[in-house]
Amino acid sequence: MSDLDLSLARAALDVTPPPGLGAQVEAIASRGMVAIRGDLTDAGFVAALQAATGCAVPEIRQSTQAGDTRVLWMSTDEVMVFCEWGAAPGIVEAFMEKAGDTHVLALDVSDARAVFRVSGEKAWRVLAKGAPVDLAPGQFGTGEIRRTRIATVAAGIVKTGDDEFEVFCFRSLAAYLWNWLCVGAGAESLSDL
Amino acid sequence: MLLIQCPACGVEAEETEFAAGGEAHIVRPGPGCTDAEWASYLFDRKNPRGVHYERWRHAFGCGKWFHMARHTHTLEVFGVYAADVLDPPQEIKDRIAERTAP
Repeated sequence: MSDLDLSLARAALDVTPPPGLGAQVEAIASRGMVAIRGDLTDAGFVAALQAATGCAVPEIRQSTQAGDTRVLWMSTDEVMVFCEWGAAPGIVEAFMEKAGDTHVLALDVSDARAVFRVSGEKAWRVLAKGAPVDLAPGQFGTGEIRRTRIATVAAGIVKTGDDEFEVFCFRSLAAYLWNWLCVGAGAESLSDL
Repeated sequence: MLLIQCPACGVEAEETEFAAGGEAHIVRPGPGCTDAEWASYLFDRKNPRGVHYERWRHAFGCGKWFHMARHTHTLEVFGVYAADVLDPPQEIKDRIAERTAP
């Protein structure tokens, strides 16, 4: 399902930015995602999240990581789990079982969003063209997440490494964002940076 | 261009990341009100040249609603405060008084 949609997104623009310009864009075709809502400070919530993902509850606008699993702070009452494709149902089950009577919600939303990786020394400049966020090194730290807009669509930006970002948006907007990122990381766009 | 700090997630961003939700602190009239009162509740909105209290939503960010006091002429943002209050907090009122003093 996800592979199909993203291959359509790729086909919408034939030109993938060539490597070597300072920024590369790639689609992450298979990424499990779990949306979890509840009181992030509740002891039952913290314990259930730890048990299900191995991650602590992230600080505000930060993410925590354990192996291939990353927990993103989405809102004051919501976190998102990024995990391996196929691992999401198990995380939902483990979380809900451990949470018991705690008032929480966990849902496998692996098909809801598309994820792209933008990497390279100019990666932050590509994103900065469309997002009202200061993404410069030193201003936006590794592990930090920012929900914002890119061009005209809602998107989330996570800094996963020194020169590496993951960008996610609703899957219905994946083709648009893919095209936008490819143009932004293309030769014409990067030549003046 | 307004610079707004979301009280929920702490992000300071420009206004394109937010959505305006109209005039704040509108009181819904109780049962038995007149048609005129009901119509006023539904449709009549202030449009001041000066201090204005509004509801805003961090639409592209954390998604939370909040209140904001701003000046519609100078575009100064006096402050933001929680969504679940009926009146602006005293600190916002003090700041407005200080900033708008002749």
